[in-house]
Amino acid sequence: MKPAPFEYRRADTREEALSLLAEHGEDAEILAGGQSLMPLLAMRLARPAMVIDINRIGGLAGVTEIEDGISVGALTRHREVARDALVARDAPVLAKAVPHIAHHGIRNRGTIGGALSLGDPAAEFPACAVAAGARLVLASAAGTRRIAAADYYLAPFETARGPEDLLVAAEFPADGRGAAVVEAAPRAGDYAIVGLVALARPSGARLRDVELVYFAAGERPNPAPAAAAILAAADDARAALAEAAEAARREVETIATPSASAAVRRHLVGALLGRAVAALFEGARP
Amino acid sequence: MILTEPVAPVTIETTVNGETVRAVVSPRQSLADFLRDDLGLTGTRIGCEHGVCGTCTVVFDGRTARSCLLLAVQADGATIETIEGATRSGRLASLQAAFRARSALQCGFCTAGVLLTAAEVIEEGVSDPTALRHALSGNLCRCTGYQAIVEAIAKVAAGTPHD
Repeated sequence: MKPAPFEYRRADTREEALSLLAEHGEDAEILAGGQSLMPLLAMRLARPAMVIDINRIGGLAGVTEIEDGISVGALTRHREVARDALVARDAPVLAKAVPHIAHHGIRNRGTIGGALSLGDPAAEFPACAVAAGARLVLASAAGTRRIAAADYYLAPFETARGPEDLLVAAEFPADGRGAAVVEAAPRAGDYAIVGLVALARPSGARLRDVELVYFAAGERPNPAPAAAAILAAADDARAALAEAAEAARREVETIATPSASAAVRRHLVGALLGRAVAALFEGARP
Repeated sequence: MILTEPVAPVTIETTVNGETVRAVVSPRQSLADFLRDDLGLTGTRIGCEHGVCGTCTVVFDGRTARSCLLLAVQADGATIETIEGATRSGRLASLQAAFRARSALQCGFCTAGVLLTAAEVIEEGVSDPTALRHALSGNLCRCTGYQAIVEAIAKVAAGTPHD
């Protein structure tokens, strides 16, 4: 499988990338880690006239402190996200997600900006960003805007990013809650059939401030607020699991794909909730 | 807009196995094809060409990566080590000896990618067999000889390659 011909441009500065996108955005794809783009090119599912390589742009990689938390640069590779001290402090859910993302060599190259901007419904980071209330920072020649992750994902591979926009960072408000990322996949590193990002503060038998966002179940990150509310209201979260799982099965959209029927996904939506709750309590142990 | 005209080639300068290489490549050429077809480094295998099988793994700027998911043009200014270079440097010697002792290869198609991944994972301090299996989940062996592969790697990771 070989990609169709395209013109290659390497942007060495952010300004250069934005001006290329302003001129060619409609016909261009952005090359960051390339771990999703390159297969799309090879299979000719994407056929851009131009590929804009942003890997050499300075200042787009790494994690910095901002007023209410951290800003994770778009070119930060998955392996760095997993090892970063600021991520561990303010957005530990990201580090929990990394072992689930593809394979060792792919985590060496893949970037958080690519994973967030692509809008793959089976991807872990978009669900983390929605659960954690992250803001995605989109830059274009016209200026910079921020959009809540919850408003960014419109449909599979369709996002609020315009053709002239470059996702430059994701801002995560400091979140001291415990985090769990669980998923059902045929094999370690495969695409999830269903996955769940859960944030909560375990306290005795209770879970407070619960946030649940499913991924791979439906067409985009799928919050489960009713199930979260049932868990958060219970004196014993584990005793409320059956009721919460039932609520999640009702409120989470489940799709049928060649790898799993909607019924299998509905079953997994409930089953994964139990695993996530167990992991949250496990993580809270001294 | 779909390009139908040929695209102008690009000149790159890259370091492969310690040697500086200047070459002219097509923008759509993968690094895997460049290494094999232009440089004759056929130890790098091409399996699936879309990032699933791991046979084309090389070391790119110090970290393993699938060379089918990199463009040859991206090698400009980069440092690459293939199985040929890693063998010559002796970096893989204990793994290769363990593979030989344990017969941890059958057709050998996946071996280069497995060795380079295993060397990096061991250098990162992973030694638990389950963790090793996870780390190697991105390298497919279609002979399905995983048991021997994991055993050989686990022995080197545990520092007892000759047991």
